[in-house]
Amino acid sequence: MSNGVIAITEQSEGIFRKVTYEALSEGNRLAESLGCNLTAVVLGSGIENISDEPGKYGADKIIVVDNQALSEYMTDAYTNVVADIVNKENPSVLIMGASSQGKDMSARLSARLNAPLAMDCVEIRVENGNIIATRPMYGGKILADVALYGKPQIVAIRPNAMGIAESSGAGVIEKLDIDVGKTDLMFVEKKLDIGKVELTEADVVVSGGRGMGGPDFSVIEELAELLGGAVGASRSAVDEGWRPPSDQVGQTGKVVSPNLYVACGISGAIQHLAGMSSSKVIVAINKDDEAPIFPKADFGIVGDLFEYVPLITEEIKKLKS
Amino acid sequence: MEIIVLLKQVPATESFIGIADDGVSIKTEYIKWVINPYDEFAVEEALRIKEAQGGSVTVVSAGQERAVEAIRTALAMGADKGILIKDPVVDNCDALGIARILAAAVKDLQFDLIIAGQRAVDDDNFQVGTAVAEFLGIPNISLVIKEEIADGKIKCQRTVEGGTVVLEAPLPALFTTQRGLNEPRYASLPGIMKAKKKPLDIKSLSDIGVDASEIGEPKSKILAMKLPPEREGGRIIKGDSSQSIVAELVNALHKEAKVI
Repeated sequence: MSNGVIAITEQSEGIFRKVTYEALSEGNRLAESLGCNLTAVVLGSGIENISDEPGKYGADKIIVVDNQALSEYMTDAYTNVVADIVNKENPSVLIMGASSQGKDMSARLSARLNAPLAMDCVEIRVENGNIIATRPMYGGKILADVALYGKPQIVAIRPNAMGIAESSGAGVIEKLDIDVGKTDLMFVEKKLDIGKVELTEADVVVSGGRGMGGPDFSVIEELAELLGGAVGASRSAVDEGWRPPSDQVGQTGKVVSPNLYVACGISGAIQHLAGMSSSKVIVAINKDDEAPIFPKADFGIVGDLFEYVPLITEEIKKLKS
Repeated sequence: MEIIVLLKQVPATESFIGIADDGVSIKTEYIKWVINPYDEFAVEEALRIKEAQGGSVTVVSAGQERAVEAIRTALAMGADKGILIKDPVVDNCDALGIARILAAAVKDLQFDLIIAGQRAVDDDNFQVGTAVAEFLGIPNISLVIKEEIADGKIKCQRTVEGGTVVLEAPLPALFTTQRGLNEPRYASLPGIMKAKKKPLDIKSLSDIGVDASEIGEPKSKILAMKLPPEREGGRIIKGDSSQSIVAELVNALHKEAKVI
């Protein structure tokens, strides 16, 4: 009998990240395979109003630590608190999103707890009570099945890779008063681009490359906005200074797995393909009919993106109305 | 400012990656080995700090003999000293084991700051730098695009979903790099000449006072590698006019693929 699965939730400004619902849903599925309970951990300050939400995704118990010192994610305070919870609950599996927070915390926890970690997983299965995680390596050029040994087995899941499934759990809330312990980090400030859809979490990504010919990405931005998606860029577009580094999709940029990826004026360098090939549907628009992006795309249009992208936007508007 | 850079040698990102006959590792015959791009940012940032504040930059790596080339490149960029931990145990380690070894290697060195890549672009583990900080009991800040050091503290701007956060930590501390931090310099010819004379020590585990049993068996192990599924599609939409092509595409995305 397993000791349970703990899902670490993540909220920003009192709203759970999408990957949190994915981690809860996957955690619930793992708990069922292991024949154990799912416990959700909610950390933050002034988070009472969202604390019961994990119950809708199968959490049997919800541990809430509401503490001023947890109002912002800080590696040391969060690691201290989660390590305390793990030591008390002794779970078999710890699951969280491989977000900027989850990647940082899972790595620190792995070292603190001497526990195995599979980072950025896209699929998880249970064999003989152990986790086997599938995770991309070499920027997605390889998928590896990784076995974890020891306890707890930590899995950080790639945003957008796993589904969200509602399921009613008992959702019993347990408020814990845990001291954040010794901390060194000080919070200075935060700047969020409100309303901007995060690339790694977007359902639709429209990216531009060298074919954009300059910093004017307005045709792409319009299509992305219409679809509630995010704008991405190839490395050439970033190197040219047309887009910020945070928009770069690829092996040395962000790895994205949206439902729809539209590559505009992107030839498809192997490093770029590595960053977007796990997208569910790929559309490529390029003047060069021999561009390596085309064999990797589900649908291709050979032509000028400045002609086709606005037409696509218009056609989708018609469809929506 | 005494700075340590953690560095890994990885296949160049333009490499085609194939699976070796054992099914759990990659073919290495035709690979061009380079400094992990995120570690290159780390070397560059360390050099900039040294140029502004004085001190020295030591590059530490764990890996095979060939990693000497990557360390030499960092020395040619301007780093002062290199250490390679080369031991049969290293080859069998997972990320946690490597972090333990690197922490042991730097523990007895003088340092104010450690800079590491956010991840190596081979394993993509995002784990080693942060775990080294934990083993050393020092604070870490990950995914940094800007740093500022003053009065024994480092202030770092890190990227988060949809924005940035600024955090401050007392030194010694570790931070990991994010694209946007800097543009790494190329090694100059005089730099390459000088690098040949700079100290580069190759050490075994026992040289750094680590018993193989302390590292233990890896806690994660690759069971199998596979190539991602090939896309069948590659359907080029053709038509009499751009309007009809677009209509067909949007229809396909809506009705077949159901993504809009």
